[in-house]
Amino acid sequence: MRPIRVLVAKPGLDGHDRGAKVVAAALRDAGMEVIYTGLHQTPEMIATAAIQEDVDVVGLSILSGAHMTLIPRVLDLLRDDGREDILVTGGGIIPREDMDALEARGTGRLFGPGTPTSELVEYIHNWFEAREAQTA
Amino acid sequence: MPQSFDALIADFEAGKTAALARAISIVENHRTGYDELMTRLHPRIGRAQRLGMTGPPGAGKSTITNLIVQSLRRDNLRVGVVAVDPSSPFTGGALLGDRVRMEAVALDRGVYIRSMATRGSLGGLSARTAEVADVLDAFGFDRIIIETVGVGQTELDIARTADTTVVVLVPESGDSIQTLKAGVMEIADIFVVNKGDRPGADRLRNDIELMLGLRRGATSANIPAHHGIPLKTFNPIRIARDAARSENPEEWLPAVLGTIASKGEGIDLLLAAVDRHFRYLQTSGGLKGRRRNRLKNQVTEVVAERLRARLWEDPDTITWLDTQLDLMEAGTATPFSVADELLSRSGPLLTGVKP
Amino acid sequence: MTTAEMLELDRLREEVAQWRARFDAATKRNALFANSGHVVEPLYTALDIAGDAAAAEVPGEFPFTRGIHPTGYRGKLWTMRQFAGFGTAPETNARYKYLLSQGQTGLSVAFDFPTLMGYDSDHPRSEGEVGKCGVAISSLADMETLFEGIPLDKVSVSMTINGPAVILFAFYVAAAEKQGAVAAELRGTIQNDILKEYMAQHAWVYPIEPALRLIVDNFAWSAEHVPLWNTISISGYHIREAGATAAQELAFTLADGFTYVERGIARGLDVDDFAPRLSFFWDIHNDFFEEIAKLRAARRIWARHMRERFGAKDTRSLIMRFHSQTAGVTLTAQQPMNNIVRVAYQAMAAVLGGTQSLHTNSMDETLALPTEQAVEVALRTQQVLAYETGVPNVADPLGGSYYVEALTDKLESEAEALFTKIEEVGGVVRGLETGWLQRQISESSSRQQWEVEQRRRTIVGVNDFVTDEGELTIPLLKVGAEAEREQRSRMAAMRASRDDALVKLRLAALRDAAKTDANLMPLILDCARAYCTLYEIRAAMEEVFGAYREPVFF
Ligand SMILES: Nc1nc2c(ncn2[C@@H]2O[C@H](COP(=O)(O)OP(=O)(O)O)[C@@H](O)[C@H]2O)c(=O)[nH]1
Ligand SMILES: [Mg+2]
Repeated sequence: MRPIRVLVAKPGLDGHDRGAKVVAAALRDAGMEVIYTGLHQTPEMIATAAIQEDVDVVGLSILSGAHMTLIPRVLDLLRDDGREDILVTGGGIIPREDMDALEARGTGRLFGPGTPTSELVEYIHNWFEAREAQTA
Repeated sequence: MPQSFDALIADFEAGKTAALARAISIVENHRTGYDELMTRLHPRIGRAQRLGMTGPPGAGKSTITNLIVQSLRRDNLRVGVVAVDPSSPFTGGALLGDRVRMEAVALDRGVYIRSMATRGSLGGLSARTAEVADVLDAFGFDRIIIETVGVGQTELDIARTADTTVVVLVPESGDSIQTLKAGVMEIADIFVVNKGDRPGADRLRNDIELMLGLRRGATSANIPAHHGIPLKTFNPIRIARDAARSENPEEWLPAVLGTIASKGEGIDLLLAAVDRHFRYLQTSGGLKGRRRNRLKNQVTEVVAERLRARLWEDPDTITWLDTQLDLMEAGTATPFSVADELLSRSGPLLTGVKP
Repeated sequence: MTTAEMLELDRLREEVAQWRARFDAATKRNALFANSGHVVEPLYTALDIAGDAAAAEVPGEFPFTRGIHPTGYRGKLWTMRQFAGFGTAPETNARYKYLLSQGQTGLSVAFDFPTLMGYDSDHPRSEGEVGKCGVAISSLADMETLFEGIPLDKVSVSMTINGPAVILFAFYVAAAEKQGAVAAELRGTIQNDILKEYMAQHAWVYPIEPALRLIVDNFAWSAEHVPLWNTISISGYHIREAGATAAQELAFTLADGFTYVERGIARGLDVDDFAPRLSFFWDIHNDFFEEIAKLRAARRIWARHMRERFGAKDTRSLIMRFHSQTAGVTLTAQQPMNNIVRVAYQAMAAVLGGTQSLHTNSMDETLALPTEQAVEVALRTQQVLAYETGVPNVADPLGGSYYVEALTDKLESEAEALFTKIEEVGGVVRGLETGWLQRQISESSSRQQWEVEQRRRTIVGVNDFVTDEGELTIPLLKVGAEAEREQRSRMAAMRASRDDALVKLRLAALRDAAKTDANLMPLILDCARAYCTLYEIRAAMEEVFGAYREPVFF
């Protein structure tokens, strides 16, 4: 089977990229192809990269508090290009009720700080397998 | 998102990036129907000028690529970039970080960037990269830049699929000229010594020029004296520099250029050299040769792949082979006799006409 | 050493050997005692500090291991300085007035992310982040509002800003001017430490070289115009928070400090003209004694290098003054009340280490902006320490402790070893370009992460003593979208009322000067006075300097 392709992006103006880097390395170690785009990405940059790279998954790490602005915009931009099939997941400091609102808006699962990376890996694997089974 | 080919191609022809990205994935993975797709795109292939960039990790290839793209954009040329990085041999995963260096053009609609992983040692990577470049070509990009890490034979092969190959070296990475792999010297149309702000850059340039000049001197020495260079005044570095500046349609001696990519210095000269090399290819017939070579390689790859698929996915063949194992064990047949027999009994299968 | 002393040491050696035998034979609980990765002995004795010069030291004397003031805290308590800022300038102004009324003795400004990166509140990249994690300041007008009714010649103000530090500083100086304050009386600190941004915190704007130039411009200008202002706060805080060990925090921060001194001297400044205004900022982590030793070692190393390496003569150049903050990374989202206790111990370590000012974290800081109640508890923690515990009565009360003195020496030698390594990789700037420094920090961070996951390191309420209480049980402060809307409309009003021709003129002058060697501070100040915005000023210089791109390292 081909490797899962994931874009790991760090939207927002804060400089806390440790989480994003740890996640990127963990996904790589789990056999995925990870495209890493660095700090301070705008939703436009994230959506453009996701579409150009034809990724299966976008993983976002947000700690700046701007999640309610940035994540819905990424979703909208992906939909505008007909790529609402891309799974948008991720995590950071996001209050429970905001997570619920975002998941209702169309993201996949969002993870709180301190979640072991293995959980995210497993979630992406399961999601991917389910989707392949569906399209096959 | 199952999508019929016609819809995909319609979107592709309408210039939709998502369709391009999809098409590349199909080609990269040789997904079912990839050959049909390539067939449909074939008439549109052949316009783009292809530039290969190779060199050790951290040499500044992506930084230079970013600058080249910016410069080409000022001339309104549309650019596709393929950045190939190694996959982990243990997990098959890969971390592809080249986009970080190209952030300045990330949102430019005339630029498309695609990261690719080498995916282990499976052969055919260079052919596959060339096919991805074909898709970009068919999409209408004027220039295609292929960045690969020049560490192994595979990467050199990829670089070789370009029209012009630039080898980027840096003073610090221990690539003193002695340690340069012979393959690298062979494939370079242009040498770039980047990080000119670091000590040792001038020396490295001199060393490369010396080596190129010596080589050229050696070939000249076989030419009758009145055509060649008098050995007394033989100055290899001068020879290399002069040759690199000349517009001789008969001969191309690699140019050796210095850049400081982090300050954007030297890129204009690099682009001028690339143009000069392209003109040389056009007038010398080299371009035609390279392109015909690509086609030939592609056929070789496709044939190999089809043979594999047709033979080993055929249940009858496998069953027959199993019956031969006893014979080979008993010593009445050898793997070679079995192979020959297998090929001769598979004629209809190989030609695609099922008996 | 006299014969009697030598005999005494021999006797001690004998006794320690006997004790060691008993210790080794005894059953002990199975726990790991090394926090920063180095071995901690179960007992320290006079043997461990034999011949140690620090034992003979007094506070206020070179090399200042025991403190920079002869009077310890009897002369002056540390400044209780809580970092605060959120939403818009008027909201934060109100919070400042409240804090001052509660006995806080200095102000510390937290800016929002757009400001930290040099973006105006109405810049598209700021959307969703305005006022979220600090106050939004986009021009002199906002700065005037921030300190409205707070006399800047009376209160000392610290500003945490780095990439665009010089611009915010210009806003501040211009705001003080407008209040009628005399520049020479301004007291406070601007963080302005760009090297640790590249290393750990990532709020950069320009590439390394032009960024260093701006810092030296500021050193030179400030020495002349605002002699009481701390031009930089060389910060270990963020390096530590990113995962460095105590020794790395100590060494990398001091190496940054030496780099700034070298740059100042290279510009032709007299070291004693600018070094007295350099200050430091440390992170106070959980390992109580190690943190105290770190602060003691830091003072000693700085004094020695300043005198011996850089030829400083003025005592004020030799003494290291510093601010401390309890370590944000040690706070946990689980059982957040426990954070109050962590902060209290850390605060005590900072005071035992002789800090000049202190920020105590609020218990809810990992979750959101601190609420007023949480901030109050944090401030009260300092007041209890200052007025009830008796800790500040004696200068360097742990001086002479076998353990603390031995640990101080050990950290000093570890730092010196790291300085040598940094030299080997070509210095701090080169170490940043090649990523060597970043990798050192990231390796330490991964190791600690691994220790926590393996439960080799206990975090109460996280990997041990876990309860299944709900995620949060404390109220959180939220900044809504109103702050952003309000700030945008304030900006629109400001833009409409200013003299556009003057703005253009000032920005052009700055851009032109950036191409020369001129000190840019006066030109930036002129831009500030003309109500040029943060981003306009940033962009004018960016046209000449370019932008920083991080090398990516995993
Ligand atoms: N000092 C210096 N650093 C450079 C130069 N060009 C690139 N770099 C830096 O070298 C590092 C690697 O560059 P990158 O383009 O990613 O290299 P690649 O791996 O060959 O693609 C980056 O940190 C660049 O900023 C240069 O001319 N001088
Ligand atoms: Mg690269």
